Amino acid sequence: MRVRVLITPKEGLLDPEGRAVKEILEDNGYKVKSVRVGKVVELEVEDPSQVKEMVEKFLYNPLIEEYVIE
Amino acid sequence: MKFGVCVFPGSNCDYDTYYVLRDVVGVEVKFLDFRETKIQNIDCVVLPGGFSFGDYLRAGALASKTPIAKALMDFAQKGGFVVGICNGFQILTELHLLPGALLRNENLRFVCKDVYLRVENSSTHFTKKLEKGEVIRMPIAHGEGGFYVPEDELRRLEERGQILFRYCQEDGSITKEANPNGSVGNIAGVCNETFNVFGLMPHPERACEDLLGYYDGLLLWYSLISA
Repeated sequence: MRVRVLITPKEGLLDPEGRAVKEILEDNGYKVKSVRVGKVVELEVEDPSQVKEMVEKFLYNPLIEEYVIE
Repeated sequence: MKFGVCVFPGSNCDYDTYYVLRDVVGVEVKFLDFRETKIQNIDCVVLPGGFSFGDYLRAGALASKTPIAKALMDFAQKGGFVVGICNGFQILTELHLLPGALLRNENLRFVCKDVYLRVENSSTHFTKKLEKGEVIRMPIAHGEGGFYVPEDELRRLEERGQILFRYCQEDGSITKEANPNGSVGNIAGVCNETFNVFGLMPHPERACEDLLGYYDGLLLWYSLISA
C-alpha cells in the first residue's frame, strides 16, 4: 500500500523558504497569513505498521520538523 | 596521533583535509570509506565538508545512517576525537553526537566568504592553542549553516562552555551583521558534553597555508595533536 508522509518545518521555527514564498505571493496581490514549505515522502510498503518508526527514526528531525502520515 | 578522514559519496573537502593533515600538519592520516564498519587504530576522525548523498532528505541525514556513522557512534562513546566540518557538522547533529540542527541560511543564499570567529572556550582539546576572546579568520561556504537549538538548550550549552566559536566582527564584537546565516547566538562551532566531539561550519582545512592568505585553521589541528 501507498503511504504519504508530510514533513513540514515546526510551527514557530524560522522557515526562510516559506517566508520567501509568502512574500512573493503577497507581492502578487494574494493575501496569505503564513506559508510553510516542507516535503512529501511517498512510501510503498507491504506492512504499513512500520511507517511510523521509519518516519521517527529516519525521515524527520523532531527538533526542527513535524510530520503527518496520511 | 592518527587521523581518519571519512569519505561519503558527495564529500568534496576530503582531499583538502587529507592533504592538510599529511603535508602541512605532518601527521599520519588515512581515508575511511563510508561502508566500513570499524574504526581501528585511529585517534581522531574528521568528517569533511561537501554534499554527502547530495544533501538529499536533509543535509547530513543519509550519511548519518551509514555503516561508518554507526561505527563512529561507538568510537565517540569510547572517547575518540571527532571533528565535523561544514557538512560533517550537519552529519554530527543528525547523529545526535552534537546538539541542535543546521537550517537553511536565513537569507536563503549560499554564502561563500571569509568570516571572523571569536574563541569562546580555549580549554578544550580542539582550542587549547588559542586564547579565549581571540579573533581568528576562516572561510565559510554553505547554504544550510543556521545553527538552531531551542532557547533552554542554548542556555545549557553556554553554561557548560560547549560553544567554542561565534561569528564576530573583526574587533571581536558579536553583532547581527557578523552573523552570516542566522545561527542562534552567532554560533559557529559547538562541542558535545564530554568535549571529544566538535562541529563547526567554517573550514579550518582551507586556512592552513600562507599561500592561501591565512593559517588560523592550523591552530585547531595543532591543538588536537598536542592532546
